[in-house]
Amino acid sequence: MTRHVIAPVDELPPGTRKFLDIDGRPIAIFNVKGEFFGLLNRCPHQGAALCEGPLIGLAQSSDPGEIEYTKLGEIIRCPWHGWEFDIRTGQSYCDPKRFRARAYPVNVESGSAVVKGPYVAETIAVSVESDYVVVDL
Amino acid sequence: MNVQFRPEPSASTSIKTAIADCDIHPARATKDELYPFLAKRWHSHLETYGIQAYHGMMEGPPYPKAQPNAARRDAWPPEGGPQGSSLSFMQKQLLDPYNVALGVLNPLATGQGLRNQDFAGALCAAINDWQIEKWTSKDKRLKGSIVVANEDGVAAAAEIRKRAGDPNFVQVLLLSRNVEPLGQRRYWPVYEAAQEIGLPVGVHAFGFGGNPLTPSGWPSFYIEEMVGHAQCQQTVLASLVLEGVFERYPMLKMVMIEAGFGWAPSLGWRLDKSFERLHSEVPYLKRKPSEYIRDHIWWTTQPMEDPERRDHLFQTIEWIGWDKLLFATDYPHWDFDEPSRVLPPGVSDANREAFYLGNAKKLYGIA
Ligand code: FES
Repeated sequence: MTRHVIAPVDELPPGTRKFLDIDGRPIAIFNVKGEFFGLLNRCPHQGAALCEGPLIGLAQSSDPGEIEYTKLGEIIRCPWHGWEFDIRTGQSYCDPKRFRARAYPVNVESGSAVVKGPYVAETIAVSVESDYVVVDL
Repeated sequence: MNVQFRPEPSASTSIKTAIADCDIHPARATKDELYPFLAKRWHSHLETYGIQAYHGMMEGPPYPKAQPNAARRDAWPPEGGPQGSSLSFMQKQLLDPYNVALGVLNPLATGQGLRNQDFAGALCAAINDWQIEKWTSKDKRLKGSIVVANEDGVAAAAEIRKRAGDPNFVQVLLLSRNVEPLGQRRYWPVYEAAQEIGLPVGVHAFGFGGNPLTPSGWPSFYIEEMVGHAQCQQTVLASLVLEGVFERYPMLKMVMIEAGFGWAPSLGWRLDKSFERLHSEVPYLKRKPSEYIRDHIWWTTQPMEDPERRDHLFQTIEWIGWDKLLFATDYPHWDFDEPSRVLPPGVSDANREAFYLGNAKKLYGIA
């Protein structure tokens, strides 16, 4: 497993996402309300660029007529057929047993830790003063 | 949410063998894009009275679609305009990466099923000219469908005959929901003209004939509309067979577009069983209903049936015939089928080739 430095934290404010290619794999990193998540940007259903979809909530229901809208901003909906995935885990909601989007752990590390390594900095010059978004791949 | 990123078509989405895509939906970039093909009179008619369909809505379909314009969220052209309105982006996103050798255009929102028949005819003719001008003359892989004011059989037949021999068109297009079931006499001139000029008639799901979307009234949900296409297409098919359309027009070929095909065998069984007892009601039928279906009907695949067990899929296809399926993506719509992912393993090379390309080339007369 290699740790990749993706961006300074300032460049990925809450509500944004970043798309990148790491070792030939299309990855998307999300900042949701200050928490970072990573997903493989390829839908396990038919291969759409999954993370281009909207971040939505999840309509859940215990009984007909009772509907709760939960997990707001934590569910990605595929731009093609609308399958829903939890960006925290990659769990699908249409067929949780068979389908899962590949999730990657994303962390924030301080510049001093990053400079010491072992990290691969993607395209950014790293300095000790800032914090960085780091993904394990 | 805005689309923030549009991937280049990657290696994994390009496929080597050429395919046909028998259901592509071109859209107009702007409202007035049709004006050059419409007499001035209709410009001001459109601006003054708008488009009045048989359903009561002022505009748009009675149900909201799952995604904007019912389209993939990654299909907005970079230069603006709705999904499906840019030839260059369609080439880049669909035709080139998927190696589409033949793409059949099925314009929706055309003027079919309008209450003002003259206006419907004018709009359909304009759409046909527009298909040539904007699409088929610019990319030889693309072929158009002749759209017609279907509720006015005589005018529709005239529009079809006007396009006879024009290589820009490979089929006549109807929608599945009409004022009456499609086998009835008011629609016969369409079949007569299509048979005469040698083109198949496609019946695409949708259309709004003023009736509820189901035979038992208006449903609550979009998902009911989606499955309702299969029910509607069954009505269409039963009507075509039982009214004797295929006895009357023995060379007629028809394509059922975007309503699935998994239900075809059971409809055939049911019709045959009733026919054993009730044939005196329709004595002009010389063969069992299922035989007309199997001889005269082709089926586009999207939405491709996806049963849990693939032997069920193969059994269904065997009933229909591997020579009758036409691969389709439904680009740019949100339920797009990705060509490399729709057919499970276990299909012979010959059947695979027929499914993806051969059947379409034969049916549409493409060398
Ligand atoms: S490709 Fe993502 S839902 Fe089908």
